[in-house]
Amino acid sequence: MLKFTSDHEWILVENDSATVGITQYAQEQLGDVVFVDLPKSGASFEAGAAAVVVESVKAASDVYSPITGEIVDVNQEVADNPSLVNSDPMGKGWLFKMKIADQSQLDKLMDEQAYRALIAGAPHA
Amino acid sequence: MTAAPTDTPLKRTPLHGLHVELDARMVPFAGYAMPVQYANGILKEHLHVRVAAGLFDVSHMGQFEIRSRSKRGDDAARELESVVPMDILGLASGRQRYALLTNEQGGVRDDLMIARLGDRLLIVANAGCKDADEIYLREMLSKHCEIDRLDDWALLALQGPLAEVVLTALVPDVRSMRFMDVRAVKLLGADCIVSRSGYTGEDGFEISVPAAIAEAVARSLLKHPQAEMIGLGARDSLRLEAGLCLYGSDLDPDTTPVEAALEWSIQACRRSGGGRAGGFPGAKTILDQLVHGAPRRRVGLRPEGRAPVRHGARLFRDRSSSDEIGIVTSGGFGPSINAPVAMGYVMASIAASGAPIYAELRGERVAMQQSKLPFVASNYKR
Repeated sequence: MLKFTSDHEWILVENDSATVGITQYAQEQLGDVVFVDLPKSGASFEAGAAAVVVESVKAASDVYSPITGEIVDVNQEVADNPSLVNSDPMGKGWLFKMKIADQSQLDKLMDEQAYRALIAGAPHA
Repeated sequence: MTAAPTDTPLKRTPLHGLHVELDARMVPFAGYAMPVQYANGILKEHLHVRVAAGLFDVSHMGQFEIRSRSKRGDDAARELESVVPMDILGLASGRQRYALLTNEQGGVRDDLMIARLGDRLLIVANAGCKDADEIYLREMLSKHCEIDRLDDWALLALQGPLAEVVLTALVPDVRSMRFMDVRAVKLLGADCIVSRSGYTGEDGFEISVPAAIAEAVARSLLKHPQAEMIGLGARDSLRLEAGLCLYGSDLDPDTTPVEAALEWSIQACRRSGGGRAGGFPGAKTILDQLVHGAPRRRVGLRPEGRAPVRHGARLFRDRSSSDEIGIVTSGGFGPSINAPVAMGYVMASIAASGAPIYAELRGERVAMQQSKLPFVASNYKR
């Protein structure tokens, strides 16, 4: 199950585990990513809390945890090669995996169709 | 510089249509809609300027022409020396220099380029300061000078090691110009002014053209396969690597030229013991600091690791002490050195010691080495 937030994160749900990254739209808006500050495995975040900082040449941007849960893995490849966030935001550019604390939070997130409608109405780069 | 309030319509430069055509991302800057980047993005644009030629629209900047009512160029130069601590009388026709408008406290109202061309003095000022500069210059100089604000002129910057090749395709004459030379030239049949200068650390030119032909000149320059439009995002990372100050961040009314490590811009004749010592706003403070130093000083900083340390980060002596020793005024990622770079102000004793400095970043301390400026060697045609 693939879900999206209005802050342009994607979340791929497999059983009680969720993989999180930023969308194609978000990476276009950010521009060239030069640094990614990932959380530590074992850290817990509430839904909506800033979990990752993504830095472009121009500015630092927060990536928010879409749901409440514990970080179980982070993408070390992205820390070593931040441009993966630009080149493959929904694949090799994933940011972290978390253990889902409350499945019901997923119901509040957008499906792909709703997210596409959201960015269709947003200003483009 | 701050963005205009959202209820104020943004002004457009004469190249607005070209920016939109080239898929620029337009942002508010000093009351103008300006291109922060084009389709290539800041990183590629930055690197392109370091190896080829980049064309920047900087038409938002203020351009002024000052002439003496007496028609003698020296009289205008003498008048201008009452508002800047620079040698303007000694500036030869066809030459340009960096200058500072100072205030009574010795702080900086604006930083400028001042060129002399015959009996005219030509000034380029920051976009965010140009309205205040105009009022101030009229107040200070109108008795003896005529001041024109050249709002119907555009300003293009062509920067990079291939800038000469690109511009000589239109004006062969500019090849013989050296860094900080200024010349009146014909571009597409119109009278224009070219200076060999810029804000990137690279060789290059700033080209002042009548607004009506600005787009045609830009398109002619862009016909060269090595010339690309470059946005303000890369302009900022280029000037930071070049160790150049950004007004409003690294310079402001509370910062003196000595604190800003800009002593080199104040010629000996305006200093204590010089033939025309003082006679500019804030002279007492600035002349004293030129001899005895200032309490704080601008330094270059290289953060350890990969994380950019940006404007506003607080600086400390070590990993744990709570006493602030300064602040970062410009910081970001330097694409050419592939690492974060910053400039900031620290207590003079710490600047002199060259000791490592620690910045606070998201609740942690990042070690930074003090660094000589510029971070990237300049490539001017001396």
